[in-house]
Amino acid sequence: MAGKKEFLIKINLDFCKACGLCYSYCPTKAIGPDHEFRASVKDVAKCIGCLQCENYCPDFAIEIEEKK
Amino acid sequence: MFDYSKYLRMDKLPHIWCYGCGNGIILKGAVRAIDKMGWDKDSVMAVSGIGCSSRATGYVDFNSLHTLHGRAIPYATGIKMSRPDLNVIVFTGDGDATAIGGNHFIHAARRNIDLTVVLFNNNIYGMTGGQYSPTTPQGYFASTAPYGHIDPSFDIVQLAMGSGATFVARSTVANPREMEKFIHEGLKNKGFSLIEVVSNCHERFGKRNKMKSPYEMIEWIRSRAVSKVKAETMEPEELEGKIITGIFRQETRPEYVEAYDSFVMQKAGGGN
Repeated sequence: MAGKKEFLIKINLDFCKACGLCYSYCPTKAIGPDHEFRASVKDVAKCIGCLQCENYCPDFAIEIEEKK
Repeated sequence: MFDYSKYLRMDKLPHIWCYGCGNGIILKGAVRAIDKMGWDKDSVMAVSGIGCSSRATGYVDFNSLHTLHGRAIPYATGIKMSRPDLNVIVFTGDGDATAIGGNHFIHAARRNIDLTVVLFNNNIYGMTGGQYSPTTPQGYFASTAPYGHIDPSFDIVQLAMGSGATFVARSTVANPREMEKFIHEGLKNKGFSLIEVVSNCHERFGKRNKMKSPYEMIEWIRSRAVSKVKAETMEPEELEGKIITGIFRQETRPEYVEAYDSFVMQKAGGGN
C-alpha cells in the first residue's frame, strides 16, 4: 500500500508499572501484555499512530515515533 | 511523538504514583499545554500543596515549590505579586483545594489573580488511605465511609464560578486531548483559571467500589462524562451523578496584580 505510514513503538520497561492502560486502549492490538503484564510490542505493522497509548500512559513509558 | 524529557526531571522518574494513576495522564497533558505556550522553562513557576496530585511539582523541570497542605494558592499568590513576570501554575487536588484550602481557593478566584489552577479531582484522599473528600460521590464507599458516603459532593466548577474565576473548565482523564486543550486555554487566560480534571484512584477509591483496574475506573469516568452542549438538552434527573465537561466560563475582568500596581502602588508612590 503506497503512502502507508510506519511507526516505531518505544517502551521504557524501567518506567512501566504494568497498569495495562496502553494495550487496553490500543485499537489495533499492536501492543499487548508480556508475561509480567507490562507493555510489549506484538505487531508493529499494525500500529496506526493514533497515540492512544502515549496519551493514556501515566508513566512516560511508551512513545510512538513516525518512521521517516 | 512528544518529547516530555525536555520538561521533566528524568532522574526523579519513575514517579511515586500507583500503576495506572490518572495523575500521570494529567501531568502529561499539562506539560503538552505548557509546551504549546512556547514559554521559557525559567519563566514558569509550578506550585503545589500536599497530596498525591501535589507530587507533580517534583517531576517538572520548572521553578517549583511544594508547600503546606491546602496552602498552594496563598504561596502562588505571593509569588505572583512579587514576580508578575512568572507564569504561575498551581497543581492541587480535591482535598487540598476544596477542603483545607477551600477558603484560599475562593478568595483567589474572587480577586482574579493571574494563576492557572489544575485541580486533580480523584474523589478521595488517596495518599492518606482513602478517607472521603468533599468530592466523593454520594453512596460510594471510602475507608471512613464503610456504609456508604452520605454527604452531597462539591461541584468545584460551580464553586469557582460563584467565586468569580474568569476561566472555568472541567475535563476528565478519559479524554486527555480535551484536557490538554482546556489547560492550554486556561494558561492563555489573564486572570484566575480553574481546570478541574476528574481522575481515577482505583487503589483507594476503585477497590472499595468494584473497580479494581485503572481501565475499569477510567471507563466508569467516561460513562459518566457528558459534554456541556449535550447536558443542556438533558433533564436534571438524567444528569444526576454525571460529570459535565466543557468550558463553563471564559471572560475578561481586571486582573489583580495589574490593578494593584496601577492603583495601590501608584498612590503609595512605590513600585519597581
